[in-house]
Amino acid sequence: MSASSAFNDEKGGSSNVGEPEYGHDPASGGIFSSDYKRHDDLKEMLDSNKDSLKLEAMKRIVAMIARGKNASDLFPAVVKNVACKNIEVKKLVYVYLVRYAEEQQDLALLSISTFQRGLKDPNQLIRASALRVLSSIRVTIIVPIMMLAIKEAASDMSPYVRKTAAHAIPKLYSLDPEQKDCLIEVIEKLLADKTTLVAGSVVMAFEEVCPERIDLIHKNYRKLCNLLIDVEEWGQVVIINMLTRYARTQFLNPNMNESLLEEGGGEKAFYGSDNDDDTDDEEDKEEKEKKKTEATAIVKRKPYVMDPDHRLLLRNTKPLLQSRNAAVVMAVAQLYFHLAPKAEVGVIAKALVRLMRSHSEVQYVVLQNVATMSIKRRGMFEPYLKSFYIRSTDPTQIKVLKLEVLTNLANETNISTILREFQTYIKSNDKDFVAATIQAIGRCATNIGEVRDTCLNGLVQLLSNRDELVVAESVVVIKKLLQMQPEQHSDIIKHMAKLTDNIQVPMARASILWLIGEYCEHVPKIAPDVLRKMAKTFTNEEDIVKLQIINLAAKLYLTNSKQTKLLTQYVLNLAKYDQNYDIRDRARFIRQLIVPTDKSGALSKYAKKLFLALKPAPVLESPFKDRDHFQLGSLSHLLNAKAGGYQVLPDWPEAAPDPSVRNVEVKESVPEWTKCSSREKRKEKKADKPFYSDSEGESGPTESADSASDTASGSESGSGSEESGSGSESEESNEESESASEEDEEEEGKKKKKNVEKIKARKPVPESESEPSSGEDVKKSEKKSKPRIGSSESESEEDDDSESESSESEEEESEEESEEETKKKKKTTASKPPSKPPKKENKKEKKEMSLLDFDDFDPAPSPSQVTPLNNFLSSSLVTDLEGLSLTDNVLSPTTIVPSGNLKTYELLHRITGEGLSVEYCFSRQPFSPDPHMVAVKIQFTNSATSEAKSLHMEDAKLQSGMRIKEFPEIEVLPAGETVSVVMGIDFCDSTQAANFQLCTHTRKFFVSIQPPVGELMMPIFMTENEFKKEQGQLMGMNEITEKLTLEEKCQGEHAVVQRVTTAANLSRVPCGSDKECRFAGKTVTSGSLVLVSVVTKEDGAAQLTVNCEKMVIGTMLVKDILQALTQ
Amino acid sequence: MINSLFLINPSGEIFLEKHWKSVVSRSVCDYFLEAKEKALEPEDVPPVIHTPHHYLISIYRDKLFFLSVIQTEVPPLFVIEFLHRVAEMIQDYFGECSETVVKDHMVMVYELLEEMLDNGFPLATESNVLKEMIRPPTILRSVVNTLTGTSNVGDTLPTGQLSTIPWRRAGVRYTNNEAYFDVVEEIDAILDQSGTTVFAEIQGVVEACVKLSGMPDLTLSFMNPRLLDDVSFHPCVRYKLWESERVLSFIPPDGNFTLMTYHVNAQNLVAIPVYVKQSISFFECGSDGRLDVTVGPKQTMGKTVEGVMVTVHLPKTILSINLTATQGSYTYDNGTKLLVWDIGKLNPQKLPNLRGSLSLQAGAPKPEENPSLNIDLKIQQLAISGLKVNRLDMFGEKYKPFKGVKYITKAGKFQVRT
Repeated sequence: MSASSAFNDEKGGSSNVGEPEYGHDPASGGIFSSDYKRHDDLKEMLDSNKDSLKLEAMKRIVAMIARGKNASDLFPAVVKNVACKNIEVKKLVYVYLVRYAEEQQDLALLSISTFQRGLKDPNQLIRASALRVLSSIRVTIIVPIMMLAIKEAASDMSPYVRKTAAHAIPKLYSLDPEQKDCLIEVIEKLLADKTTLVAGSVVMAFEEVCPERIDLIHKNYRKLCNLLIDVEEWGQVVIINMLTRYARTQFLNPNMNESLLEEGGGEKAFYGSDNDDDTDDEEDKEEKEKKKTEATAIVKRKPYVMDPDHRLLLRNTKPLLQSRNAAVVMAVAQLYFHLAPKAEVGVIAKALVRLMRSHSEVQYVVLQNVATMSIKRRGMFEPYLKSFYIRSTDPTQIKVLKLEVLTNLANETNISTILREFQTYIKSNDKDFVAATIQAIGRCATNIGEVRDTCLNGLVQLLSNRDELVVAESVVVIKKLLQMQPEQHSDIIKHMAKLTDNIQVPMARASILWLIGEYCEHVPKIAPDVLRKMAKTFTNEEDIVKLQIINLAAKLYLTNSKQTKLLTQYVLNLAKYDQNYDIRDRARFIRQLIVPTDKSGALSKYAKKLFLALKPAPVLESPFKDRDHFQLGSLSHLLNAKAGGYQVLPDWPEAAPDPSVRNVEVKESVPEWTKCSSREKRKEKKADKPFYSDSEGESGPTESADSASDTASGSESGSGSEESGSGSESEESNEESESASEEDEEEEGKKKKKNVEKIKARKPVPESESEPSSGEDVKKSEKKSKPRIGSSESESEEDDDSESESSESEEEESEEESEEETKKKKKTTASKPPSKPPKKENKKEKKEMSLLDFDDFDPAPSPSQVTPLNNFLSSSLVTDLEGLSLTDNVLSPTTIVPSGNLKTYELLHRITGEGLSVEYCFSRQPFSPDPHMVAVKIQFTNSATSEAKSLHMEDAKLQSGMRIKEFPEIEVLPAGETVSVVMGIDFCDSTQAANFQLCTHTRKFFVSIQPPVGELMMPIFMTENEFKKEQGQLMGMNEITEKLTLEEKCQGEHAVVQRVTTAANLSRVPCGSDKECRFAGKTVTSGSLVLVSVVTKEDGAAQLTVNCEKMVIGTMLVKDILQALTQ
Repeated sequence: MINSLFLINPSGEIFLEKHWKSVVSRSVCDYFLEAKEKALEPEDVPPVIHTPHHYLISIYRDKLFFLSVIQTEVPPLFVIEFLHRVAEMIQDYFGECSETVVKDHMVMVYELLEEMLDNGFPLATESNVLKEMIRPPTILRSVVNTLTGTSNVGDTLPTGQLSTIPWRRAGVRYTNNEAYFDVVEEIDAILDQSGTTVFAEIQGVVEACVKLSGMPDLTLSFMNPRLLDDVSFHPCVRYKLWESERVLSFIPPDGNFTLMTYHVNAQNLVAIPVYVKQSISFFECGSDGRLDVTVGPKQTMGKTVEGVMVTVHLPKTILSINLTATQGSYTYDNGTKLLVWDIGKLNPQKLPNLRGSLSLQAGAPKPEENPSLNIDLKIQQLAISGLKVNRLDMFGEKYKPFKGVKYITKAGKFQVRT
């Protein structure tokens, strides 16, 4: 209070005291002090204990923001209330924060912890709103925190939180475009989401972040089509627009044949493709030849069968034409316009005409699009001609657009009605509209020969109109029309010549003069007289008129020099001294050209040709012509200019890209099975781990792009089988929702297998097919899984795939009866005998492997006791032997480090890699060429039939500061062989992915390696005292403590040690108490210390403390270790 | 998508701004204000304006401009549709959409806008979800609020957002369960000088007021659904059932909503309920003119035509008018040159007539075009297309609701050229 009164004194009462006046003009004097004053009492209210006062203050502040007044100096006072209990105060504080955080970055950081706490709230709505506000705060420093939060939320149980995560993606992207790659991964994961709530938002994120990655859509295409109708309206718009683009890249032009036919001279060409007589005689041989090839091309392509997916899209969008939302209707309309076969486009006309009843802005946009469409597809709107009639109450811009549409729709049959309408319009008081009507009449006259004379007469009548603008516009249009056939219209020209006395509009005068000059031969008597009159008024004319007078004089001089010689010279003399240099120039130029003198050059001979050459008639065409190269309904189309961020609508592909990309990858896995050796299978299984856990709701910063796409198929399978209406539904969904922790894996495997069995049991599988086919399909997958029923244990990703494949197609079948035939065809061709034997072999492998896995994570005493010790030993040993392990990298991991501790991640799935599968693991060896790099062991397995050559990497895309040491090129990898190499990556102590291309002699694959935070460090030795000392220095912000409850299996020192060292590359620090475990390490790049201690208490309660200079690393590490300990 | 929103009154004052992304300076509105200056009528301002760095998409509604700032490609209809939703939302909350209302409830409007968009992408546009988060003001509540210091922000969380039917609240309870449907049809027509129909069509809308407890599942069927040529639905209506069985099946939102709009097959001849005899003439010499308008009932199917009103935009050169009406009264605004003749009920025995003289400004030329007449009318208990609701069934709940259907025919854009 004292402060406020002090300001009050200073101010000297320059403004009224009591009331907070929003409307204060900042420019007025004394505002500074009054601002202080005003804000002071607000600050006081915010500091008070009463919620009501706080609320009042916040309301006033928000009102200031709403009016656009600056309230930024209140930031410190407001941000304190971020943790306020009162929900309304809190909301208003959020509003304030989002508005001003950008300007006050440092202070905004104070609020971050509140949101971080909110992110862990059990209530999904609170989690969502925390994420929403956190991501709306545009402060660059918190990018890593946002990234982390988004990743976590993307695998939240609640679809609403996932939706919020999708919303947050573009926010983060606009804040820091460097995060693109990470965000794409999240998008990829969210695209696989099967709830309608998420679909719209994630596609929007996709469109803003990576619209070029159309390949991410493949696996989700059918799902999106099927969900579409239940997505909320705004999402529908975004999805439909995106799918339009997608379809343009993936399907064939449904009008392909027709357009070819048109070019080839109509249907005849097609029917007569093998009969020369039928082709038109006028055409020379070459053309015939061409046509023939075209025709045969048609025959080859015939019959055009629409891709069922293309059909699916058209069918599923059609009902949305009935939406109440104009944007949705427009989106569907443009989809049909761009994608549907000609015969089907018509359905959109009705809906578009309906929109014309809506608000005038909607009308405006719709009419623009209708105008473009009506040029290409006139027939579509013809039945609705009358709906485009103009009312006197329409705004001018609507009138002009309607006129445009009416003109486009005019043809021989309806022209008379249209002209009658136009006659009414010409009487309008709105002169701009009248001018537009006259131009429209002109266009009708040029397009439709029969009415040309009628139109011309009508326009001539308009010449006697009282309004000058109307007359002028008519003259201009008549001029254009006359140019087409001047001979027949000397009367009109005479009539117009008379008008020169009255018309004052320069453009019209100029047009008349030009006409008379151009056709002076048709009016030999009048023309000189007009020139005479003009010469009199020359000095008072506008420039364009003067220029035309000179032109007229020149032309008359050339045709009729006897009468006009003197006049011409007079005019040229006048022009010589004109004020305008253009006119002076022109006069000089013309004089030299037409008046023969001694000096006049060769050109004057050709003067007549120069001036009186036949001029081509102007083409009157619609401004909307060819606008359809912009996607209709888009802003760019409306402006007829490319707007920022516009995605070009691609042309149809020549040949359809492989349609199977939208299926799940059964087909390609066929040869794969026969090839894989036991070793690979085992690895593969491991690689799947993060995949399963991901799909079931845990965050997975570890997955590579490929495994994420697997996630997609995985979750699809869930939904698919649910929908197949089987008796095992409940079990299926159980499995789906259960979080698949690693211990559960085997159980889960069994369950899955049971499910498979059940499905099989319900469906007798036809045994008869026996040809290997290229088609993916139902029966195939069923067959494939069949052998598994016999042998009683199996679990594999492929199971999953085939399941999903079958169920998905079943679902389709039931929905799409129309496609049944094609399905049947496929069924009969589908089969797969060669898969049987390998499968069995594989099964044994699986079993063995899953047992092993189980052991790894079982807290059974033997391995866990050994592991930490081993680990610890190995690292120190290797450090000692660093110099020696130059070439032996490949061997060392297997010999020293227990492989069970190393998680393997998938880099390239064998399906995407066309037989080449690549996995990587963090070997935890120091990378000898550069100690600041993390060693990554990469294992290539060639399971294709042919050898892979020259495996190397290229084109690394790294975040700034990151470096990569490439592995030596592998020259040849024979089929069925496996080879390992080591590369080094300096991640700069961040979990950003390293992206690069993996190249074989034929292909390139985009891959990325993303390290879990625990791999960014290396163990160091420390004594207990050192540890305590260091820990004491890393307090406060650098210390993160979490309470947790250990699981039963995990209680006990060994288990804890084992789990922590698995999660992070740390070494154990000796400790006196057996209740406490300590670990130490340092980050690889910067060498910052990382200290971890776990204190256990009774009943499994425990406390985890991480001390690390790098807060982000600390936060992430806590999360990872927590996860490791609690599962 | 949508970067910022500015609310601008007709005189060009920006009285509310909201940003969903980085703050865009309000100076961007200058481009718009410039265009507004150029336009004669507010409706003539182009809805989309291209400025060097932004795109401005605006709507004019209820005497307010809603101006949104866009930075990248976005379907313009998407924005326009959303802006209209904003206007509807304000209307829904505060009873009307006007500058005063927005200024009075500045904070609440701001909060609503905050909830409606997230980063420029629509988040919660369903009125029912919004009302759960931010309660609309009522007199009772504002009294309670001042006494207890509580507020309008709902302390419950918006569960509606999580539901698969976001348009309906859970746990609705009514003592009287009722469902009323209004079938409102509008005749759009253009008649020419001689009274011949140039163009006529019927647009209909089914407005519903449903106050039913629980989760009722309603089915509404028509006697003659074939009449309906083109329809659009509230999202609650199941498209598939309409396609296959031509019935409207839906779980209704709570309260008032537009169930469907339709268009009656253009092939059916539209019965025009009134005829208009008119003569408006200006004399070539002298600054005088005459106006004589008579309205009479034509095909009314035995119903009375009510609320007849004739609106004429007289030419700008009119100086004054001197008219007498045999029925009803007329008003004339010399500023806007708008003549409104409110007739009321049409009596077939005694036809209402309006006649008198128009005087032009001295020396002004005779107007070329005679002003067209816009007709308003209303017929109760009649759907001019003949559409009839057959029955309404309710499933999913045990109680018996009160049901009612009302038909009204109105004139839509009904214009007589003269």
